Amino acid sequence: MSGYLLSRSLQTLLTLLVMSVLVFVGLYLVGNPVDVLLNANATPAERLEVIRSFGLDRPVWEQYWRFLTRALSGDLGNSFVFNQPALRLILNRMPATLELAFVALVIALLIGIPLGIYAGLKPRSALSRSIMTFSILGFSLPTFWIGLVMILVFSVTLGWLPASGRGQTVSVLGIPLSFLTLDGLSHLILPALNLALFKISLVIRLTRAGVIETMELDFVRFARAKGLPERRIVRVHVLKNTLIPLITVIGLELGSLIAFAVVTETIFSWPGMGKLIIDAIAVLDRPVILAYLMLTVVMFSVINLVVDILYSLVDPRVRLDGSS
Amino acid sequence: MAEPILSISDLNTSFRVHGKWQNVVRNVSFDVHPKETVAVVGESGSGKSVTALSIMRLLSPTGARVTGRIEFEGRDLLGLPIEEMPSIRGNRIGMIFQEPMTSLNPVLRIGDQIIEVLVQHRHLTHAQARSEAARLLERVRIPSARSRLDEYPLNFSGGMRQRVVIAIALACDPRLLIADEPTTALDVTIQAQILELIKTLQEEEGMSVLFITHDMGVVAEISDRAVVMHRGEAVETGPTPQIFASPSHPYTRALVSAVPQLGSMNGLDRPLRFPRVDLVTGEIEPPPPTADTVRRDAAPLLKVEGLVTRFDVRKGFLRRTIGRIHAVEDVSLELRPGETLSLVGESGCGKSTTGRSIIRLTEPRSGTVQIDGCDVRTAGKAGLAKIRRQAQMIFQDPFESLNPRIRVGDAIAEPIVAHRLCDAHAARDKVGDLLRRVGLSASMAERFPHEFSGGQRQRVCIARALALEPRLIIADESVSALDVSVKAQVINLMLDLQERYGLGYLFISHDMAVVERISHRVAVMYLGEIVEIGPRRAIFENPQHDYTRRLMAAVPIADPTRRRPRRVGNEEIESPFRAPTYVPPNRTYWQAGEGHFVQLG
Amino acid sequence: MSENPNTASSVHDGTDPISLSTSPFRRTMAALRADRLALIGMSLVVLFVLAAILAPILAPQNPYDLSRLDVLDGRQPPGTRSAGGMLYLLGTDDQGRDLLSAILYGLRTSLLVGVSSAAVALVLGASIGLFSAYAGGRIDAVLMRIVDIQLSFPAILIALIFLAILGQGVDKIIIALIVTQWAYYARTIRGSALVERQRAYVDAARSMALSDASILFRHILPNCLPPLIVVATMRVAYAIMLEATLSFLGIGLPVTQPSLGLLIANGFEYLLSGDYWISFFPGFALLLLIIGINLIGDALRDILNPRREG
Repeated sequence: MSGYLLSRSLQTLLTLLVMSVLVFVGLYLVGNPVDVLLNANATPAERLEVIRSFGLDRPVWEQYWRFLTRALSGDLGNSFVFNQPALRLILNRMPATLELAFVALVIALLIGIPLGIYAGLKPRSALSRSIMTFSILGFSLPTFWIGLVMILVFSVTLGWLPASGRGQTVSVLGIPLSFLTLDGLSHLILPALNLALFKISLVIRLTRAGVIETMELDFVRFARAKGLPERRIVRVHVLKNTLIPLITVIGLELGSLIAFAVVTETIFSWPGMGKLIIDAIAVLDRPVILAYLMLTVVMFSVINLVVDILYSLVDPRVRLDGSS
Repeated sequence: MAEPILSISDLNTSFRVHGKWQNVVRNVSFDVHPKETVAVVGESGSGKSVTALSIMRLLSPTGARVTGRIEFEGRDLLGLPIEEMPSIRGNRIGMIFQEPMTSLNPVLRIGDQIIEVLVQHRHLTHAQARSEAARLLERVRIPSARSRLDEYPLNFSGGMRQRVVIAIALACDPRLLIADEPTTALDVTIQAQILELIKTLQEEEGMSVLFITHDMGVVAEISDRAVVMHRGEAVETGPTPQIFASPSHPYTRALVSAVPQLGSMNGLDRPLRFPRVDLVTGEIEPPPPTADTVRRDAAPLLKVEGLVTRFDVRKGFLRRTIGRIHAVEDVSLELRPGETLSLVGESGCGKSTTGRSIIRLTEPRSGTVQIDGCDVRTAGKAGLAKIRRQAQMIFQDPFESLNPRIRVGDAIAEPIVAHRLCDAHAARDKVGDLLRRVGLSASMAERFPHEFSGGQRQRVCIARALALEPRLIIADESVSALDVSVKAQVINLMLDLQERYGLGYLFISHDMAVVERISHRVAVMYLGEIVEIGPRRAIFENPQHDYTRRLMAAVPIADPTRRRPRRVGNEEIESPFRAPTYVPPNRTYWQAGEGHFVQLG
Repeated sequence: MSENPNTASSVHDGTDPISLSTSPFRRTMAALRADRLALIGMSLVVLFVLAAILAPILAPQNPYDLSRLDVLDGRQPPGTRSAGGMLYLLGTDDQGRDLLSAILYGLRTSLLVGVSSAAVALVLGASIGLFSAYAGGRIDAVLMRIVDIQLSFPAILIALIFLAILGQGVDKIIIALIVTQWAYYARTIRGSALVERQRAYVDAARSMALSDASILFRHILPNCLPPLIVVATMRVAYAIMLEATLSFLGIGLPVTQPSLGLLIANGFEYLLSGDYWISFFPGFALLLLIIGINLIGDALRDILNPRREG
């Protein structure tokens, strides 16, 4: 097991390295961050001064080397815009995004899995057909547009829920969480629902497909021939086989939710990482872009690792080293 | 005779297909008496499996309609509300299915899958159920039963899984066991073990068995009475000896005469065709005598020496070799023009890989292969193309051997055009001629593969193989997937073609009875090696090697009068997977007769 | 193995055909026409594609001809008339542009970007995937590793990074979308190709000494197409949506070439003050387009399901 963890960590580091090189070089080739750092009235002398102090006149490989060595000690540079450590900027805003993504995932699973199971068990019923048609709607609706409509309906017209911002937070283990307060919840519902909508459809379809496929397998027929009641067959035999492949998908989708939160955060002015990165891209705030990317790589690798371990624990046919 | 425990009257089952109801089982009636084994035998499409599923009411309530009367223990099963069936299933009637590899839930432990039945029907506590489960596993002869309760199905072989399935079905002492083709997917020796197990358990429990099968040999071996089904109808019912000795219905007569009986070729030198039966009158036309096609004086058509094929098994990110499959080890054989040499053996013996290695579909590691004098292993691209014209292959699954998107005529013409034997126009004529040769009509060239039945598709494959006018045809389990009567027709076709064109066949098969019918010479393989090789008569009438004898003893004979007392062991079929450091031992052979060699040790 | 009542009886080996002899393509088309939802989808898509192609003819006004715009006509609700008598069917945006015209032209851009990026990604990804399956061994392992790593990152993230580097513009967005998509096609076709390669008809083709190229393109590739087509349909819809999202966020297309996403973004700020139509109608058009494509893709997935085939 420890050997496996080691090899996975090494793979992550390799990916980090490759990614950072690619993006660093790419960003280097584009644009001139100096324009961000100075105002328009700066003299040429001041320009040169800034260039030299930020080391922007050095060749690219030297700049990268400086970046790398600093990164090993945890310093990913200061944001060109805010002049604060980029890493700290992002970490400050990460809990908000993670909270949004997690709540969206939970909503998607709580709604999607039961609906998918029902649609799979009774595929021809009217309710199932409408669920499926509805799910096409779900992944055809652009997240940002449905967010607008939500604001229009629930905030502007009905006035039930706030249109922007994050609510009151409570600190748990040093991390501010907002879903524990009523005010926080009221601010959380619309964005989380908005983010979850796409995923609900996905979860419904996957679960339904899994249930239908499993119900046709031989061992389900044998379980019936054993005289087991249908409820037990579904609960014990079908469910486990259906939910196991779902674990991998859930892991992937969590990552996707974290990334897609960018959109929801923009619409609902949610103070997460997403807004930060969008603004950073618009002005080419290199340190922030790089820091965000590296953090994301690490996050996704950890998610993938947890998913793989979970999978191997649950499915006896899969062993971590690849044998089965 | 005592009151029947199961009495079926006028059973009718229909399926809804594309909105219309199709009658799959028509007016079927038969009884099963206490302690009796009744076999329901038929080919694909006969409705035998559907009959079994109808008894247990396991068919979809919306897609299937079942009418009639099924009396069991004083109740009409079809009249019961569906909610009461689970109390009968697994409890009063047990059922086992064909595929042992998929009958068990792969993510649940074996013990749990047995325990849930005991808890459900016999209301045992978990602890009681657990020790009972261990006892059940011991009864089906699974060693170290108690410790194996916590293992998953993937740790069990096919034969062992089938035993577990039987244990589950018998857990509550049912009065009737319905077995739907339980041994069809198993190797011959394993099949013999399972059949014997079922027979023993039946005697011990005093229960009845309803055995669904397509294998007449199995019917003859184990059943007291038989029901013959054809296209949904029960065409003949009666005591098994009578069905075999004097079948009355034309279909039964066709079926019985299409089944090769092991040992029926004793005393005959040459292969023998199957008799043709008129399906209307039931008249049996004896097979014409077979000409002697073997050219003894000519140079060997196929000469194989010391053939070795191994597959490395690689694991992990660095692709290290953790083991090797010794598929073919030091195989040598010869085939003369016009001769049929059969390779027989069970799963993993290497017979298919040998056939593939000979024409380099799989690359062998070492050894020499000569086809018509040309060295196959050293041939370049052009040379290989030329050699592949001389030797063609027909595969097992007629459904898979043809590209579903290409019309049949184009598929047959493809090799002709690719080797530039003639232009496109002449090729079309040739295709028509080839189709006629295999008993189909030229107009069928325009059809797609899915429009043909299994037997017809195999004929198309034969036509395609003949397109390049080869002298050697390698038939890799080419008739194994076909129904009994279709098998007979295709074999007759192959013998006709051999007589007309002097073809040599390398016939790869696990079906000993068919092999006995068609071969001039036979080689028996086990774990990648030839353990015995010789003329067909020598191998079948005078087998010398232990494994050959075990194989012969396991084959069910389609003649109830020749039922043998069974004494089968518990051996699993070994796997040819070895550690990377394994060095295969040197083998020597001793001569038991003219052209008859047996492996020592 | 359940018994198929449709199988011709084997004892007879009859010559009656089971179904009419038609090519796989015609069968697929017929099945599509029979599915009600797919028909709706196809109508929507055809409608929108035609509208986009004929935009210059259909639009009452060229929304990018600045000389024709009158900012005083801005933010007019649907149904009002301009001073010159032109009817603003769907209202105007803050610049005075007729929304209907803006939507028609915006459709053009959205479709162009979505379809072209999907097409290029398809060819690129399929070539790589096919090559990977053919080459096998280490090359295959390495290529699929790269594909896996890319697939573990959400498309929007990849697009964000690429656009950060490349900047704005139609061609740059198309490139970014291509980069996010090719891996799906590569993975899909490589999986199919490997499965097909094991099948008996490929063995038969090899045993007839057909050339490798002939086997690959005549036998394997056509059988790999069905799942590829399904993936392609879904990805086109996703690409259109992704482009709209990126434009909405302000890092996609420049203001001079608005797609539907940008139109929606323009109207966002007016949403809370009640001028809903500036965002709503472009969004609705986008929605219908994507739904239409997804309906077709969904129906195709059922039709082209290999289990259905024979």
